Amino acid sequence: MNLVRRLWQWTLVRHLVPALLGVGLVILITDQVSDYRNTQLTTLGAYICVAAGLTLLTGTNGQISLGHAALMAVGGYTVALILQDFSDNNITGQWMLPLALIAGTLVTTVAGIVVGMAAARLRGPYLAGATLAFGVALPSITAQFTSIFKGDQGIGLIFDGPPASLGSSFSFSHWQAWYSLFAAIIVLFFLANVQRSAVGRHLRAVRDDDVAARLAGLPAARLRVLAFAVSSAAAGLGGGVFAVGLQTASPGSFGLTLSLSLLTAVVIGGLGSLTGAVLGSIVLIYLGDVIPGFVDRLHLSATSAQKMHDNLPPAVYGALLIGVMMLLPGGIASLARPVVVRVTRRTTHTTGCNR
Amino acid sequence: MRISTRRRRQALCAVVAAGALVLAACSSSGGQASTGDNSAPGVTDTSILLGTTQPLTGPAATGYSKISAAMTAYFNFVNANGGINGRKITLKVLDDGYNPANTVSQTNKLVPQDKVFALVGSLGTPTHTAVLNFIKQNKVPDLFVSSGSRSWDQPTKYPTTFGWQPDYTIEGKVLGDYVKKTFPGKKICSFGQGDDFGADGVAGVKLTLGSSLASEQKYTPTNTNVGPQVAALQAAKCDVVISFTVPGFTALEMGTGAQLGFHPQYVVSNVGSDITTLTTFLKTAAIPLTNGMVTDTYLPLTTDTSNSWITLFKKVDKDYDNNAAFDGNVLYGMSLAYTFVQALKAAGKKLTRGTLVAAAEKGGFTGPGLVPFRFSKDDHSGYNGVQVVTVQNGVGHTTGSIYTTDDGSGALSAYSKSQPTAPSNGLPG
Repeated sequence: MNLVRRLWQWTLVRHLVPALLGVGLVILITDQVSDYRNTQLTTLGAYICVAAGLTLLTGTNGQISLGHAALMAVGGYTVALILQDFSDNNITGQWMLPLALIAGTLVTTVAGIVVGMAAARLRGPYLAGATLAFGVALPSITAQFTSIFKGDQGIGLIFDGPPASLGSSFSFSHWQAWYSLFAAIIVLFFLANVQRSAVGRHLRAVRDDDVAARLAGLPAARLRVLAFAVSSAAAGLGGGVFAVGLQTASPGSFGLTLSLSLLTAVVIGGLGSLTGAVLGSIVLIYLGDVIPGFVDRLHLSATSAQKMHDNLPPAVYGALLIGVMMLLPGGIASLARPVVVRVTRRTTHTTGCNR
Repeated sequence: MRISTRRRRQALCAVVAAGALVLAACSSSGGQASTGDNSAPGVTDTSILLGTTQPLTGPAATGYSKISAAMTAYFNFVNANGGINGRKITLKVLDDGYNPANTVSQTNKLVPQDKVFALVGSLGTPTHTAVLNFIKQNKVPDLFVSSGSRSWDQPTKYPTTFGWQPDYTIEGKVLGDYVKKTFPGKKICSFGQGDDFGADGVAGVKLTLGSSLASEQKYTPTNTNVGPQVAALQAAKCDVVISFTVPGFTALEMGTGAQLGFHPQYVVSNVGSDITTLTTFLKTAAIPLTNGMVTDTYLPLTTDTSNSWITLFKKVDKDYDNNAAFDGNVLYGMSLAYTFVQALKAAGKKLTRGTLVAAAEKGGFTGPGLVPFRFSKDDHSGYNGVQVVTVQNGVGHTTGSIYTTDDGSGALSAYSKSQPTAPSNGLPG
C-alpha cells in the first residue's frame, strides 16, 4: 500500500490511471452505442483534442486564437494528401492511418511554430485579429490551388476499415470512434503532464505577469511560441481525426464558426482546465443533437421546424455562454472541482493551484 | 478509510478493464456477418423510406431547391395511385447548403439514424463526392446522383452509386463540337466550378475542340466575387466562354461581365442555364443577357407543351407541387423520380437493397429522356448524350442532331430514335 501511495504521488502515474480508465471506457461505450452515436463520438474526440490544446494556449498561457480551425485544416489536409498518395500508389495497410496522423500532427506543429512566432509579438485584440486573419485566409488557399486541394470539394480520405480480427460486426464508424477518442486520450494525457510540469508553471507565470516572469529569467517569447506549438500539435491531431470521421478534408469543415465554437466551448467548460475542455466539447456536440430532437417533438410545420433546427442550437449555445460567464466564471468544470479536490486531497499531499 | 477508497478505486479499475475485455471478445465472436444484399431497412409491406441531401439553402439553393419538392410531388402522385407494389414512398429531404461538410453529417443522419432504404437524387458534385466512401461502407443504394460528375460511374470502387444525367464530359464534348463548327477562328475560353464539375466539363470541351483554351478560369461556390475571373476572361479577349457553372454563378458571370462591358458568346452547361432560375437573379436583364446563349438538353424543353411528358409533369406539378413555376428544375426532379420509380418497380415485390441495385444495373429504362441510359453491370453512368439548345428571347430552341457519345475520346454519333410517349396514367408500365 505504501508503494501505491508513493506511485500515486508521481504525476505520470496519477495521469496514467485516468487515461487507462478512459481507454476502458471508450472500448465499453463505443461497443454499446449505435453507429450514429459512434459518428458523434468521433466528432467529440476531435473536438476534445483541439479544445484541450486551446485551453492550454488560452487558459494556461493567456494567448487567444481565433484560427484553430485553420490549424485543424493543416492536420486534416496533410492526412488526406498522404493517404491519397498511398492510395494512388496502391499501398494499403493498417499502419497508413497512424503514420498519416503523426505526420499531420508534425506538419501542424511546424505551422503552429510559424504562427506562434508572429503571435508572440502581439497582444490582446491584435493577436485575436492576426489569428482570425489566419483562420480566414488558410481555407481559401484550397480555392487557389484547386489541382492539389480540389477546391470546396475537398479530398476524400481512403483508409482501411477495422481489421478482421475485431470481428465482422465491428463497424466502420466504431473504428473511426476508436481512432478519434484514443487520440483525445493521448492528447489529454500529454497535456495534463505539460500542465503539471515546470513548463506548465512557466507558461502560467508568463500569462500572469510577463515582466515578472522575464525578471525571473524565463524566456517569455519562446514560451509563447512553445505554447502555440503544443496547442497546434493538438489541433493538428484533432483535425486529422476530424477528417477521419468525415472521410474527407474540405474547407467547409474547417470554417471560422468551428474556431469560434471551440473557443467558446473551452470557456463554457472552464478556461485552463482539461476537464473543462472535455465538458465544453460534450456540450457543443450534444446541444446540436438534443435541441433538434426537442423541436421534432413540438410538431411544428415543416418550414418553421427547419428554421428552429437551424437557429435554435446556436441561440441556446449563446445563451448558455452568457449564463456561464455570469454565474460560473470558472466554467462548468468549476462545479466539479470541489469534489475532485476533496477526493485527490485524500490520496495525495499536493496542494496549491491546480489550474 | 483511506485504504478502502484506494481499494475501491483498484476494484473499479479491474471491473472496467475486465468488462472491456469481455465486451471486446463478445463483439469479435458474437456478431453476425452483415449481408448488405438481402437487407431492406426502411422497407415495410406498405412503405419505403428514402433519403436525399439537397441544397435548400446556400449558394446553389436558388432553382435547385425546387428539385426535391418536384421529386416528392411525383412520389406523392405515385402514392395516390396505389404506390409501387403496394408500398408508398416517403422521401426525407435534408439540407446540406451545398457544403460538403454538411453533406457528411446529413448523410450520417439519413443512413444510420433514420435508416433510409436508399438515397435518391442527392445533389451536387462537391457535396456527394464527400460521402462516396461512407455510402460504400454502409452498402446503401445511391441511385441517380443529381450531378454529372464521372465519379458516380465506378462500379468496382462504389458498387451502389449510380449517376443519372449525362456526365459533364459528354456535355463538354457536344458543346465543344458545336463551338468548333459554329464559331471557327474565335478565341474560346472556359469558366468552371473549381472541382470535378468544372474539370470534367472542360476536359470534354478540349476533347472535341482540338485546341487549347485561351483562358481557363475557375470559381469557388463559397466566394461570390467573380470579378477577377471575368476580368481575366475579358483581358484574354475571349469571344466564346464555355461555362460549367451552377445557376447563381452563371448569373454572377453574366452580370459581372455586363458591368465590365464584356459581352462574349456564352455557352453554358445544362445545369447552369435554366432561364427561370437565371431570371430570379438577373430580373429584367435575364432576357437580353441570355439572348443567343448556347446550352444543351437531354430532356424535352419545358416550353414544348405538345410533348406528352411535359403535359404529364405539368399536371403532377399542378396537383402535387403547389403549381410551382414549371422550369428545368421541376422537370429534372420529376424525371429523376420517374426513373427511380421504374427501378423500384423492376426490383419487384421482394424489395431489398440487393434487388434494387440489380434492377438499376439491368437498366433498360425509357422515359422522358431524349437519349438512352448506359446502365449495366460495368457502367453506372446515366444518359449518354445531349442536344444543343440556343436561347432567343428567353426561350430555348433545340438545334442540330441529338448526339450520343462516351466520356472518353469516342466520336459523337447522331441519335435518331424517337422519344417514347408518356404512359397515359403517368406511371411506368
